[in-house]
Amino acid sequence: MATAAVLTEAIARQYGDVRAVDGVDIAVPEGEIYGFLGPNGAGKSTLIRILCTLLTPTSGRAEVAGIDVAAHPGAVRLRIGVALQDAALDDRQTGRELLRLQARLYGLRRHEIDQRVDEVLRMVDIGDAFDRRIGTYSGGMKRRLDLAAALVHNPDILFLDEPTTGLDPASRALVWHEVRRLNQNLGMTIFLTTQYLEEADELADRVGIIAHGKLVAEGTPDELKRSIGTDVIVARVSRATEDVLARLRSIEGVDQVDVHDGEISVRVRDGAAAISPVAIALAACEVEVQSLTLRTPTLDDVFLELTGTHIEEEDQ
Amino acid sequence: MTAPSTIRAREGGFAHDMAAIAGRALRQIPREPEFMIPALVVPVFFFVVNVGSLQKVAESRGVVHDFKAFQLPVAIIFAVTGISRASTLVTDIQGGYFDRLCITPVRRLALLLGLMIADLAMVIGLAIPVVLLGFAIGVRFASGPLGVLVFILLGAVWGLAFTGFPYAIALKTGNPAAVNSSFIIFFPFAFLTTSFAPKEALTGWLSTIATYNPVTYLLAGLRSLVLTGWDGTALLKSVAAILGVGVVSIGLALAALRGAGPARVTVVRQWRPWPSGSTAATTPPAPSAPRSSSGAAWTSTSRCRSAAPRTASSSNPVT
Repeated sequence: MATAAVLTEAIARQYGDVRAVDGVDIAVPEGEIYGFLGPNGAGKSTLIRILCTLLTPTSGRAEVAGIDVAAHPGAVRLRIGVALQDAALDDRQTGRELLRLQARLYGLRRHEIDQRVDEVLRMVDIGDAFDRRIGTYSGGMKRRLDLAAALVHNPDILFLDEPTTGLDPASRALVWHEVRRLNQNLGMTIFLTTQYLEEADELADRVGIIAHGKLVAEGTPDELKRSIGTDVIVARVSRATEDVLARLRSIEGVDQVDVHDGEISVRVRDGAAAISPVAIALAACEVEVQSLTLRTPTLDDVFLELTGTHIEEEDQ
Repeated sequence: MTAPSTIRAREGGFAHDMAAIAGRALRQIPREPEFMIPALVVPVFFFVVNVGSLQKVAESRGVVHDFKAFQLPVAIIFAVTGISRASTLVTDIQGGYFDRLCITPVRRLALLLGLMIADLAMVIGLAIPVVLLGFAIGVRFASGPLGVLVFILLGAVWGLAFTGFPYAIALKTGNPAAVNSSFIIFFPFAFLTTSFAPKEALTGWLSTIATYNPVTYLLAGLRSLVLTGWDGTALLKSVAAILGVGVVSIGLALAALRGAGPARVTVVRQWRPWPSGSTAATTPPAPSAPRSSSGAAWTSTSRCRSAAPRTASSSNPVT
């Protein structure tokens, strides 16, 4: 069996009485983009810091590139590239200075640095700003430079901690494009954390959902979405009383009915067939329907199913 | 399609790491004139004012024969003591850049010593104009040109020995306000000694404290080079004083680098009225909130080591 690029076994990290990461098992094969999805405070960054040798686990073990992170952190560092949350850069250096320093610290020789800087600039677009002080960069440019710095030593595995948090949609799309390209062109294993559902959905081959330090589900985005039903009809109504819910549950083809914050989610096997009976049932109950939508399940539905809350609510 | 590169990361070696870190710090020095200018103005100001106000009194009463020469070593001490990149280190810790450095294979000690090499260059750069000012107002070295070099070197090494204190505070607390306050350590060293009068002229408690203040012996060695020529005993005592302070301060910094426990970050906007100390005086205020390691519940800053509570069973893997 091939060595997993990232492997954790019952990994845990405790801060006082709080278990930030609580017994997580993950196996990420080489060449995969693995998305670690969860709200703020779920334990994503703590886990990524353990895997990047910045934190020690309280218990359990983790291997990156087949190397134990606690026993041989130095060997792990040679194999990984990391872009931490909030673009950890030095505003007083220029992009070129930062990238060259980074390459020097990874033991690259002068001609290797020249070569790698050129190669990385072809992969990640920094534009004309490369010789300007980083303090003058926009948020998107900083993220891209951060990504370039993570790549300059040609790592096998790339860790991205919330790579697009705080970016505008255009900059986000650019980062996604670059991440995809790295994976497809170089076969690089990418482990990314995110709190954005669409980011996990769009980028990740497989997604692990973490809540309160525990891995609550794992699979491809499609598998996860399929696990909760085929389609979802969402009705925002004036009142969602038990009799309304009971009536909806009695409709043929309805698997499950949940109500959350005035919004009724009806999971059905065939949305097109069920939407009319659902609308008729709501009308029969004399509730005011503010909106009625039919959609395929999202990862947020999966999160709701597993934790009882929407991911955005957890953030708050 | 991008062809995979064959270049691979490797460990660079201690000297290589240290040179890389020092190079970055040295590049920044000319970009921060707001730090260098006050650091130079303060010793020059004190030198000029002390000489202007006390020269006649001191020389007419026979306390010292050449008060300008007597004060030049004090100006050097003022120029070099407490000058460090410690506040830059705090900025790196708070901004997360220190984490990025820690994820590289760089040796932890090289991160600190690289900054100290830059500090050494910086204090030499500050000492030279002060000595030139001394020449300009008529100070001559009894020990000759070599004595001038030893004078600058002793001052610079003293400055380096002292930098351990602000680095220890920076690494231990990650707190810019604490680093800003580290200049307070400078006061007893610089003033409870023979700054303004020779030891024989000091009385009571001040004389007793001066006896135990290493700066007294440093000043005696520096003054011997200016006033009397080569005095092996005085110079050896100077070196011993520098070594003593250096062992304590750099020992504290190394202990802080190894990591003794979690450090909370509290960012306080503070103005420092004494610009000859650390770079903190002119460093822009830090971000208004500390970085969070994973959400709001565990706000802390890691510094090349685990931000682990002491209850955690494992300690730092990165030191």
